[in-house]
Amino acid sequence: MHQYEKTGILCTKDFQIPSEEQLKKGVAILECVQEIPCNPCVASCPVHAISMKDINAPPMNDFEKCIGCTKCVGVCPGLAIFVIKKVGKKAWVTLPYEFVPVPKVGDTVQALDRTGSLRGTALVKKVIKQGKTMVITIEIESTFAMDIRNIRV
Amino acid sequence: MLHIWGFGVRIRSHPIIDFKKRKELPFYFEKKKFVGEEGDTIASALHAAGVKTLTKSLKYDSPRGFFCGIGKCSSCLMRVNGVPNVRTCIAPLKEGITVEMQDKLGLLPDAEFFDKPKKTLQVNVLVVGAGPAGLCAALESAQHGASVLLVDENQCVGGQLIKQTHKFFGSKQERAGTRGIDIAKELENNVLQLQKEGKIQVMTDATVIGYYESDKNHRFGVVQRCEYLNSLYDVRCDAAILACGAMENMLLFPGNDLPGVYGAGAVQTLMNVYGIRPGDRVLMVGAGNVGLIVSYQLLQAGIAVDRVVEAAPVIGGYNVHAAKLRRCGVPIMTSHSIKEVCGDEKVEGAIIVRLDENWKPIKDSEEYIKCDTICLAVGLTPSTRLLSQIGVDSEYIPEAGGYVALHDDSMQTSISGIYVAGDASGIEEASTAMIEGKIAGLAAAIHLGCTKNMKLLTQYREELAHLRAGPFGEKPRIAKKKIAKMKETHHAPV
Repeated sequence: MHQYEKTGILCTKDFQIPSEEQLKKGVAILECVQEIPCNPCVASCPVHAISMKDINAPPMNDFEKCIGCTKCVGVCPGLAIFVIKKVGKKAWVTLPYEFVPVPKVGDTVQALDRTGSLRGTALVKKVIKQGKTMVITIEIESTFAMDIRNIRV
Repeated sequence: MLHIWGFGVRIRSHPIIDFKKRKELPFYFEKKKFVGEEGDTIASALHAAGVKTLTKSLKYDSPRGFFCGIGKCSSCLMRVNGVPNVRTCIAPLKEGITVEMQDKLGLLPDAEFFDKPKKTLQVNVLVVGAGPAGLCAALESAQHGASVLLVDENQCVGGQLIKQTHKFFGSKQERAGTRGIDIAKELENNVLQLQKEGKIQVMTDATVIGYYESDKNHRFGVVQRCEYLNSLYDVRCDAAILACGAMENMLLFPGNDLPGVYGAGAVQTLMNVYGIRPGDRVLMVGAGNVGLIVSYQLLQAGIAVDRVVEAAPVIGGYNVHAAKLRRCGVPIMTSHSIKEVCGDEKVEGAIIVRLDENWKPIKDSEEYIKCDTICLAVGLTPSTRLLSQIGVDSEYIPEAGGYVALHDDSMQTSISGIYVAGDASGIEEASTAMIEGKIAGLAAAIHLGCTKNMKLLTQYREELAHLRAGPFGEKPRIAKKKIAKMKETHHAPV
């Protein structure tokens, strides 16, 4: 049994992790590890980096092909895709957000990890509306790149 | 005695739904004037006014609120304009009506029940229930040339889709990534288009009350509610597709009947359809997809979720749903359940308890939680009463959620021309319900000789098999296999 089946929280060994080089380029992390019948991310990818053996297989991202465009972030019904891009000592995390109020570019928000614990603050760099899902890019300390997965406004 | 809660209950700001202030509708409850909004049901308007106690129990006079919120559980029966036993959770609020709590069983009203003589309707296909399965069934039958009557108990079509604010899973061609509420709109528009072309008749606020003796084909009685007076229809049809949905399960524990203990789906209806906050702090019981999704939607509506407790040792729903809840700081406690609800006449808290590997409570592991709302997300039971009355062969299939009508891969039951689809044929997802609806609708059209498109039927069956192929499709796979096998061993359609 996987620990996440008890806790609901994934750890970094549960999903594909890109290399440091790939993180500098900016790539999508697919935190979707179970076999569930779902495939919109595959169709959303403009460079065909995301693939799936069949509709129930977990999606795989070819980090070499992925251009970190963030299109899949607002498409995923499970809100389980994040784009991470390392920029010097900072990291940009793009995440889906479906709450009100919606932050504005330049706002400082609270940065939360996978347990919802407060891990510091984040600067809002981009806010894109994709349907009713907001796709928000925040800037955080690079060391937290694989931890921060939510914000509180 | 009435219990009035003092919080602002109308949701005005929401990330997914645009809750505009609607026209105010004054009405009377227990001789006092109240104000609801257009689009409310009687129960939602009362809820918004702080009234959660709608009835009293027959034996002990305990206060009762609604549990299911979708017209299935009967704990919201009130007297409206003198007519008793009105299901106030689905009865639309109208200006100036008089609503009263009724004495126990309710008095036989003076008002005439039937204002008009019965009308006869003749159609090819009657579809009962306008949820995802029923809508797709009606569309499919009508598109293939059958005349269709679509009947639903609610004031609008869409079934439970109208409260599904999350994006659906499934395949791209089956509208994955689209929110349930948007799928409901799309299907409704398609139905309205066919209604304009005279291919589908839609009857809302209407209940199929029974199946009756007929010299040929099938005959149903349908009652349509009009301003709380009813009209009776004698419906003759060549085939009927029963997509009656399901009802949420209750759990046994002291205090489970207090107002403030709801089915999770009822709370979802209250907040996502009527824009009303069920309470301020919720304990969610059950970490299947319904429990996880509704918990997240409570947060989206600005309501605190204290935690989710799950009796099983693992989370039953998708990890992606659990993960998005966890990163909002909501704990999910597996091997935990609710022991009792605390409170006098309303929910004030709950005691949860840890369970051992045999699902037995562990001594001294109790914990008190302060909350004003308990949501039960502990599974669903197929609504099969009409099917039973028709007399189709049914069996108890645990993996399907209870008694279900045996059916073949065309969704036809043991009685020729009677079809079933969606949760009524075994508890599953809306995405599979839609395909089952299409199969039943197309199969009925083929059965009536309107089309011969077997190729499309095969294609739908394949799509359904794909959606059920993964580990989360195991239960429905087992259920449908058992159903098909039992159907074969029972007698062939008569």
